[in-house]
Amino acid sequence: MNLWFVLAINSITLGGLLFLLSAGFSLIFGLMKIPNLTHGSFFMLGAYLATSLLARGFDFWTAAVAAGLLVAALGGIVERLILRRLPGAELAQVLVTLGLSFMIADACLMVWTGDPIQVATPGALRGATSVGWLAFPTYRLAIAVIAVVFAAGLWALLDRTRLGAMIRAGVDDPEMARVTGIRVSRLFTIVFCLGAWLAGFAGVIGGPILSVYPGLDQEMLPLALVVVILGGSGSLLGSLVGSFIVGFLYNFGQAMFPELAYVVLFLPMLIVLVVRPQGLFGRPAL
Amino acid sequence: MKWLALAGALVALTAVPLWVGSIYYVNIASQILIAAIFALGINVLVGYAGLVTLGHAGLFGIAAYAAARIMNNGHDHVAVAAGAIALTLAAAAVFAVLALRGTGLGFVMITVALGQIVWGIAYRWISITNGDNGISIKGRPSPLGLSLASPAAFYWATLVVFLVAVASMALFVASPFGASVRGTRDQARRMNALGYHVWMIRFLAFLFSAFWSGVAGVLYLYYNQFVSPHVVALTASAEALLMVIAGGTATLLGPIAGAALVVIIKNVVSAHIERWNFMLGAIFVVIVVFMPEGLVPGTIRLTRWIRRTS
Repeated sequence: MNLWFVLAINSITLGGLLFLLSAGFSLIFGLMKIPNLTHGSFFMLGAYLATSLLARGFDFWTAAVAAGLLVAALGGIVERLILRRLPGAELAQVLVTLGLSFMIADACLMVWTGDPIQVATPGALRGATSVGWLAFPTYRLAIAVIAVVFAAGLWALLDRTRLGAMIRAGVDDPEMARVTGIRVSRLFTIVFCLGAWLAGFAGVIGGPILSVYPGLDQEMLPLALVVVILGGSGSLLGSLVGSFIVGFLYNFGQAMFPELAYVVLFLPMLIVLVVRPQGLFGRPAL
Repeated sequence: MKWLALAGALVALTAVPLWVGSIYYVNIASQILIAAIFALGINVLVGYAGLVTLGHAGLFGIAAYAAARIMNNGHDHVAVAAGAIALTLAAAAVFAVLALRGTGLGFVMITVALGQIVWGIAYRWISITNGDNGISIKGRPSPLGLSLASPAAFYWATLVVFLVAVASMALFVASPFGASVRGTRDQARRMNALGYHVWMIRFLAFLFSAFWSGVAGVLYLYYNQFVSPHVVALTASAEALLMVIAGGTATLLGPIAGAALVVIIKNVVSAHIERWNFMLGAIFVVIVVFMPEGLVPGTIRLTRWIRRTS
């Protein structure tokens, strides 16, 4: 098996996971202007919750959806009880979400201890699938497919439904949206829960590849930040393209410059910041 | 009256090694001073310039790592301090050029990313930083022939640096430059219309803030004689930011009170339970939700409110 081929597959898989993670981050940031620094924690918490559900005999996909729902419920509570009290206070939101991420990380350490937990690949997706003369690891292929399906689903939700139209209106001009009778504050809760669910779900399906360990949250959060800065906040297409760019950079960077993988990862972000601060697909700030 | 209080505080601070009793407390006092210098530096950006940074542990760490490397190459104290600070300022200039592409949230996110780059280098670039094992130095240096090996001597040396830092902050706040920095925070557009170069003012404020972060980083290395990637982790940046916010931003004494509070809680709490990070997070949430203006003004407001309602 060719090394480059394996790297490319791994990159696509990581890109898919990052898309699930960053799409929620980007939506929350675009609509609510909240830099949700707990997003990496949602990812990790989802994965940890799923390991407990799996240990109780649940099927992998049930566990993934349920863990996502638990994380979404937590996200809803956080949004309703805390973030709701801090509208427009960016500094306060940064600090609260950061504080919550520390609390979640420490609570996970308490409950699931510091040892990494392996998540078994769901039975039907073990092994490899041959397409022509190429053999793909089936599970990694499945992640890529899931990401594409979710991308299409989110696009349809935002572009084709009434709810999506209301969200887009909220992103563009919250005051005007409110005046026309859209309950923007309820949209906030919906979008926050949706973002949290996506992050938790991504954590679970990433489990068989990344496994779950303390510090996973702090590893994923900067990646999501890079994706959003690269792609532009609030843009679904930006998240998708940014995720795959980061996925490729991360894997190829690690293979080619193992000591500088992190720097390689951030370089394009810096270039984008200098040349096009609003991100590749973002709109310039007013 | 004000001068009397100042003189009293000065005497009390100088005499700390004489009255606190044990070496343990002298060391905690040194830690507080180092943290306070760092917090004062961050306060320039967070408090006066209104630019929230979550990447300053990166600058702190660059200073500490640079000092450790230079020292292990056999150079003396002057070269260590000058080299480390120069490198920190150079890094800060790059940081500032990039981070100042955004204000508000953009600035925060870019500083997070920059801080994580430094962390990635500290953790992964093993040939330079020795990775997770960190770098040790052999003993504290002796600037001007004075040994800093004993806790009391180190405390007094740190106190001198701390007092210089406080004095520089007082001068900064009172200076026209300080006023223009506050102007860019409150009314960036008007400042621009008045002919001020807003970007340059922020850039210089960033460098000033980085300078004291670097000084704190060098002192940290001297104190611990060891530096490892956890110094540059996001938690470290957040902890420093908590000191500033907890004490009250844009005040001279706030960051110092905040630094004392955080260092003391951290030492007391970690002596009893292991869950410091949980506490740190909880303190963050409580302060932001209930006392957004900082502990000192917040406590006054809360006590007034309780008195009025009872």
